[in-house]
Amino acid sequence: MTFLTLDAISKSYGPTVALDAIGMSIASGGRTAIVGPSGSGKTTLLRIIAGFETPDSGSLVLDGKTLAGKGVLVPAHRRGIGIVSQDGALFPHLTVADNIGFGLPKNAPGRSQRIAELMEMVELDGVMATRRPHQLSGGQQQRVALARALALKPRLMLLDEPFSALDTGLRDTLRRAVARVLRAAGTTAILVTHDQAEALSFADQVAVLRQGRLVQFGSPRALYGKPKDRETATFLGEAILLDASIASGRAQCALGSLVVEAGIKAGKATVMLRPEQIRLKTALAGTKIEGPFGRVDDVEFGGGNCMVLVRIDRSDRAMPDFLSIKCVGADIPEPGDLVGISVHGTVHVLPE
Amino acid sequence: MSATAFPAEPASALRRLIIAAKGRSRVPYLWVTIVAAFVSLISLVPLGFIAWISVQTGWETASKLIFRGRVGELLINTALLELCTLPITIALSVALAWLTERTDLPGARLWSMLAVAPLAVPAFVHSYAWISLVPGLHGLTGGVLVSVLAYFPFLYLPVAAQLRRLDPAIEDAAASLGLNAWQVFFRAVLPQLRLAICGGSLLVGLHLLAEYGLYVMIRFDTFSTAIVDQFQSAFNGPAANMLAGVLVSCCLLLLVIEAVARGGERYARVGSGAARPADRRRLGRMLIPALALNVLTAALAIGVPFVTLTRWLYIGGSEIWRIDLVGGAFAQTVVLAIAGGVLATIAAAPMAWLSVRAPGRLQRVLEACHYYVGSLPGVVVALALVTITVRLVLPLYQTFATLFLAYIMLFLPRAMVGLRTSIAQAPVELERAAMALGRTPFQAVRQTTMRLAAPGIAASTALVALGITNELTATLMLSPTGVETLATKFWSLTSEIDYVAAAPYAVMMVLLSLPLTFLLYVQSRRATGQ
Repeated sequence: MTFLTLDAISKSYGPTVALDAIGMSIASGGRTAIVGPSGSGKTTLLRIIAGFETPDSGSLVLDGKTLAGKGVLVPAHRRGIGIVSQDGALFPHLTVADNIGFGLPKNAPGRSQRIAELMEMVELDGVMATRRPHQLSGGQQQRVALARALALKPRLMLLDEPFSALDTGLRDTLRRAVARVLRAAGTTAILVTHDQAEALSFADQVAVLRQGRLVQFGSPRALYGKPKDRETATFLGEAILLDASIASGRAQCALGSLVVEAGIKAGKATVMLRPEQIRLKTALAGTKIEGPFGRVDDVEFGGGNCMVLVRIDRSDRAMPDFLSIKCVGADIPEPGDLVGISVHGTVHVLPE
Repeated sequence: MSATAFPAEPASALRRLIIAAKGRSRVPYLWVTIVAAFVSLISLVPLGFIAWISVQTGWETASKLIFRGRVGELLINTALLELCTLPITIALSVALAWLTERTDLPGARLWSMLAVAPLAVPAFVHSYAWISLVPGLHGLTGGVLVSVLAYFPFLYLPVAAQLRRLDPAIEDAAASLGLNAWQVFFRAVLPQLRLAICGGSLLVGLHLLAEYGLYVMIRFDTFSTAIVDQFQSAFNGPAANMLAGVLVSCCLLLLVIEAVARGGERYARVGSGAARPADRRRLGRMLIPALALNVLTAALAIGVPFVTLTRWLYIGGSEIWRIDLVGGAFAQTVVLAIAGGVLATIAAAPMAWLSVRAPGRLQRVLEACHYYVGSLPGVVVALALVTITVRLVLPLYQTFATLFLAYIMLFLPRAMVGLRTSIAQAPVELERAAMALGRTPFQAVRQTTMRLAAPGIAASTALVALGITNELTATLMLSPTGVETLATKFWSLTSEIDYVAAAPYAVMMVLLSLPLTFLLYVQSRRATGQ
């Protein structure tokens, strides 16, 4: 069921096009991530949904009601949309409890009880209630901001890079906690982030924005495995891009003949592999290697994950190919080793 | 159980302080602390004088002088003046600041400059302009009107600066929680302006207590006017001294009220990163009333002095520009102002450096002494110095030394502010590097920090000089015979109701103040990155 529909939303600031005809529909109860490099227009899109910006054209429909477009513009305070911003934007002059209860009527029955409930929901200790925002850590501030936004039971929750100001460890913990809280409350959420890992792990739908355009929209798995272009492929994770010629369901490339997805036209193309599809096997001296092989040029030790630079000499070319391959585990080859290269699964052919 | 936890005798406390100061060895903390303590001691002279004179007068005489109808009248006048002026000033300044900073008011930059411009006109010139235009203006109404117009920039500046600093994400958050534009302003914006409003109100309130010329002209009696009256008729009789005691109590009361109202809260932006610049709200139908408010304020606060001064100058023609008189007063004023500015900055430097480099409990106490003295009315400082010189060191009476001492005391906080911020921007590592390269600690500070703080030093000197240029009360009471500044000359001419001849002096004061007022405006904008 479509809950939020964006239709051809455009916004320009003078000659700069911030958003160019963005359209997407978001299902009720889902978690969507809008991801893109800085300057891609993702924050502008979020601010348009929240009602802090007016789109130049296009329409925005939430739960069957038009919020913007077609001559209608519902102001932010009547949209019933919650927002958690990058640094929480807590009211510095109010205590934690007053921050959380800010949107609740002053003398509503059960107000303090509701505040206590919300604090419990976001896993904040009750003793925090009388503290001031500046006495909290960054993670606690974000929990307060989330509780404050949840207090009004919003239909839609907007998360504007809420984890980016936090340390890595705390970021993961908080991200899981927020996802849990939102799932429990049944709130539809949109997360804006420039961190692809965060987007992929948090959301069940991911929208990739670049230079104001919606490049791709789909499930994290589909986007990661079948990106539409080079930029998206490398933006969403480490990618190995190889020139190939396609013929009868196989791609001929530096790694030999690889299986491609069905229904690909024959001809020249670029194929993409994720490093985890590749396995290296150190060849014992004197044994013959079957299939493609290369020589280890350099190893960058990184604990559990090591980057191995493999040099592949080819008879048909003067210049060798270099591949950076992520290796996991204890079986890391040494520089100078001859390694066999095997590829698991099908490879993705980038559309022209 | 340890007995040493409590300093048994003052001597041991002092010794510990000295040890604490010495503890930061290699740096001349101890000597600087001693100098700063000496300046603090001097700044305590007016308070000490009030205490000393009270004791000497004795309770019976003192209570007879304090608990009488006249003092009651003055108290009521003062209270009425504060209670009427402050709310109007706060409302006007917040409205103007909001309109110029956060709405799409056409010509916002111009209006914000015009809201600061009244600072270039000394308060007593404001009242001179109004009296010329509306000769019947007097009493509380006149006092409140002119006070608001003369002093509202003191509130406008901090409020506008604070508005620029506010993180707009907080207003967005309030709107997303269901608040409309008015509710957002009153529940999310206004509370964050509290510090700026408290600080600005204190400044205005203290000026209302200290101002002499404005209220004499507008025929409204305050403690300051009454004290000068007493002083002129009976020199330094106990009556004037006791009035000064009550006036100082009023000042201290204001300081306490402000401290309580400000509270111990922190309003700094929580979180990291730079705030997004705020959007300006569309005025729509409110455009005409908003423009009208700005036009009216500018017309009353800038237009009136401009029109009356132009008129007097036109009537007077070229005859009133007597180069020997006007030029003489101008030269004397400039020399006094620059010398006073340099002296006050030198006096403030040790404390400013200490408060940045070695903040601690002792430093905070000393710093408080530096700041408090500036909140005393000029008439109190002058009265204290007159009495002390006459009774204890007569040769110093009516000398430049005494006059400069008064200027240093009155403008110590002004000198501190600019110095402090610019010293804080000079990294301490440079001083250490200089010492590692063989400079003595004193040379190191002078060659690195003080060099880097030069713009701040210049600004401090200029701010003090501006204050001295427009200073009237202390100069009237303390200046050596023959010294005539623009302010005192202007004052004696207006006292003779020679408004035409006074006009050139007023114009000179305004012209001298203009560049500094502009500097203040630019600095307040630069402080917030605009």
